Amino acid sequence: MNWETVIGLEIHAQLNTKSKIFSSASTEYGAKPNSQACAVDLGLPGVLPVLNKEVVSKAIKFGLAVKAKINQRNIFDRKNYFYPDLPKGYQISQLDWPIVGEGQIEISVDNNTKVIGVTRAHLEEDAGKSIHDLYDEYTAVDLNRAGTPLLEIVSEPDMRSAKEAVSYAKKIHELVQYLDICDGNMQEGSFRCDANVSIRPAGDNKLGTRAELKNINSFKFLERAINLEVDRQQDILEDGGEIVQETRLYDSIKNETRSMRSKEEANDYRYFPDPDLLPVEISDELMSQIMTELPELPSEKKARYISEFELSEYDAGVLTSQKSLADYFEKAVSISNTNVKLCANWIMGDLLAALNKEQVDITNSPICAEDLSLLVSRIDDDTISGKIAKDVFKSMWNGEGSADEVIKEKGLKQITDSSEIESIIDSIIAANAPQVEQFKSGNEKIIGFFVGQAMKATGGKANPKQVNELLRKKLT
Amino acid sequence: MHTKTLTQLVDGLAKKEFSSTEITQHFINRIKSSKLNAFITVTEDLALEQARVADDRIANNDNGVLTGVPYAHKDIFCTKGVKTSAGSKMLDNFIAPYDSTVSHKLNTAGTVMLGKSNMDEFAMGSSNENSYYGSVKNPWNLNKIPGGSSGGSAASVAARLSPFATGTDTGGSIRQPSSLCGITGLKPTYGRVSRYGMIAYASSLDQAGPMTQTAEDAALVLNVMAGFDSKDSTSSDKNVEDYTAKLEDSIKGLKIGLPKEFFSEGLDDGVAENIMHAIKEFESMGASVKEISLPNSSYAIPTYYIVAPCECSSNLSRMDGVRYGYRCEDPKDLEDLYLRSRSEGFGKEVQRRIMIGAYALSAGYYDAYYLKAQKVRHLISDDFKRAFKDVDVVMGPVSPTTAFDLGSVKDPVSMYLADIYTLSANLAGLPGMSIPAGFSNNLPVGLQLIGNYWSESILLNIAHKFQQQTDWHNKAPKEY
Repeated sequence: MNWETVIGLEIHAQLNTKSKIFSSASTEYGAKPNSQACAVDLGLPGVLPVLNKEVVSKAIKFGLAVKAKINQRNIFDRKNYFYPDLPKGYQISQLDWPIVGEGQIEISVDNNTKVIGVTRAHLEEDAGKSIHDLYDEYTAVDLNRAGTPLLEIVSEPDMRSAKEAVSYAKKIHELVQYLDICDGNMQEGSFRCDANVSIRPAGDNKLGTRAELKNINSFKFLERAINLEVDRQQDILEDGGEIVQETRLYDSIKNETRSMRSKEEANDYRYFPDPDLLPVEISDELMSQIMTELPELPSEKKARYISEFELSEYDAGVLTSQKSLADYFEKAVSISNTNVKLCANWIMGDLLAALNKEQVDITNSPICAEDLSLLVSRIDDDTISGKIAKDVFKSMWNGEGSADEVIKEKGLKQITDSSEIESIIDSIIAANAPQVEQFKSGNEKIIGFFVGQAMKATGGKANPKQVNELLRKKLT
Repeated sequence: MHTKTLTQLVDGLAKKEFSSTEITQHFINRIKSSKLNAFITVTEDLALEQARVADDRIANNDNGVLTGVPYAHKDIFCTKGVKTSAGSKMLDNFIAPYDSTVSHKLNTAGTVMLGKSNMDEFAMGSSNENSYYGSVKNPWNLNKIPGGSSGGSAASVAARLSPFATGTDTGGSIRQPSSLCGITGLKPTYGRVSRYGMIAYASSLDQAGPMTQTAEDAALVLNVMAGFDSKDSTSSDKNVEDYTAKLEDSIKGLKIGLPKEFFSEGLDDGVAENIMHAIKEFESMGASVKEISLPNSSYAIPTYYIVAPCECSSNLSRMDGVRYGYRCEDPKDLEDLYLRSRSEGFGKEVQRRIMIGAYALSAGYYDAYYLKAQKVRHLISDDFKRAFKDVDVVMGPVSPTTAFDLGSVKDPVSMYLADIYTLSANLAGLPGMSIPAGFSNNLPVGLQLIGNYWSESILLNIAHKFQQQTDWHNKAPKEY
């Protein structure tokens, strides 16, 4: 039978505010356990939550970026359940009145674009961390993370393959970083994906029973976990079995998913509006202020690169795929007279290759945008050839100085003095009579031999174009 | 010295007739020899230290109005470094690491905390019999209950163990014990006094206020307690008035509304008689009286007993034996830790309300209970909004009876009926007062005043004028 995969994602993006969503404690990652949990985060008797306004602005930014309806009146609810890392015995979240309503975002897979619906996005507080492997007999609890602001972004079940799911997740990942509302760090858990996966016979309208996959902390694992789950469900259904609605944990080491809890075991969260917090009222003024502050979005930026810099669709796409990359590119081309196309090629080519190879983030690139721009200018103004530039790039990467310093230090400046090149060519012609004969008898290709000799004689510093021209003049 | 009102003590301190240290020691001695069980913790050393600092401030003319005045603090307010139990075994070992906003304001004003007063566990009760620390006795008759939940505070002021006390009122917990102990108690408009650091029972109903001998005293204390707090999102940023400013205003032409629903069956004859007497007194002072109707007030009890348990079932979840408070011995696993810590740490009434609340919020019941209760709550508020178009103040009894015998009411629902006249003000968020208005069978009767939103100064004015004409508020139980 032909099966169709149906996927919806729930993404938890940690909002990058300095303080927590309902307290003034710091949100910084990696501090000593329980050193960043104040009375409110610890859920002491008598404490009350006070909403961090920054969190609201960041959620609105996201909503506007996915063309969603912003609920200017939205409500915080309590989700009640007991767990040691949930200090109050309830999580403050939003159920019926989330801050962000329906929106959408465009993805592209294998050159096909597709619109994915965003069902909603709501604000909530994160729980602390339970650490089960620190002590033999005990579970340790670290409440530093408790109260960290999260934006939970829920998609429609619009994705039909693991590839599409990854593309959507990457789009959201890219977007939240563009908006500067989340640092996107998946290792530290700032950006987490849960996937709802079901399958159905191709052509069916009814959704199959779904499983929710949790604990996925990279795009690679997202793709693997979904594919594993699709295979598992297919095997069950083809053997005449039934899918159980459940939550499954992805284990990246064993590369398997296993059941965490079934629907029957699920909590009744006894949601109700949190009486400690008033409904959030967002003024029209705040909405329009945030609208004007909204940065250029990836899709807008890509369109601008194509029209303003005459870059290809592909190049513009690559350069805008990450905010840090686009920032680097824009800084490099902001220097006057830079050859934009050449600059783009160098960034996408040598620079990205080196960064990938050394596993360095572009924000920590050993060659800054200004220096790369200068290197490109030196190619453009014929100071060095593209080939020599590759050596200069390597020296720059190794910290040997700017392009000009390296060129000077190593004497790599192209020889553009035609009399100097002429005399070199004259001696090559004199020393290679048989080859001169071949050229004259019609073997045009032999010119390459002469160019090679000339470059060799100048240590690659002669301008190849100039050499070519002079050779032809002398030989004919 | 203890026979003086707060206002008189303030005057004496200003005139240096006595020092704060002297009166503090005097009240501490009275508390220590008292058999009322009004206090869970007596903070003698801290009190004397605070009194010494207050005396220095007075000597340096660096004092506020209440500097050096001692008080009893309901054990529901977190007080830094002092046990804060909320009347529960669950928090018997809990030393609060921070001050509630009310405590902070009282400290800043230079008042002297004598101790933490007894109360029904987590403020759930109308008789103070639900305290882990035992019942409080009514100073007018030691076989009677003092009312609840602020029973320790009410008994303390009535027996002159403290010039004033703090209380909290979720369904009548300031007004009912004030009525039953013959003192003045004010529950302000919801949002007037910060709830930060006040251990939550039902967040949308809880409100703190003063418990004193007189309305004038209550105005002085409210001046310190009231105000916006950035730590409490539900506190109001409305300007705080000087609550003493209007005390002497004439109440001629005051329009009093008497809801017929507050004088129906179940109201004790002796109580009714005293209330009508008090109303006559107001008429003699130039007020007019009119019968009004609050048609939805009969739904106040069922509404309250859905809303409050729902909120408390969630508010008390943090008492889980994990981070602080009572933990059962040798828990087998996490489930066992939760189950036994909470079963052993909470008293019966608290467990009952948690169960009711958890049930009412469950999937499938939410709409029928919680949502319905919220709708009725609006109707109850609307009744009052309509009434206040015609009248300035609503009056009636606080409690259907005078103080009943300790141990006499065993059925929880009968106990809930004790709050029949007080719940509406909490559900609507309105300010309410209880003022002494006579005696029935040698037990005090309180008159309830319910005002429009933010009308505390008007209520205090009405109460003060009444107290200038009457002597009920000056009556103290014999041996005090």
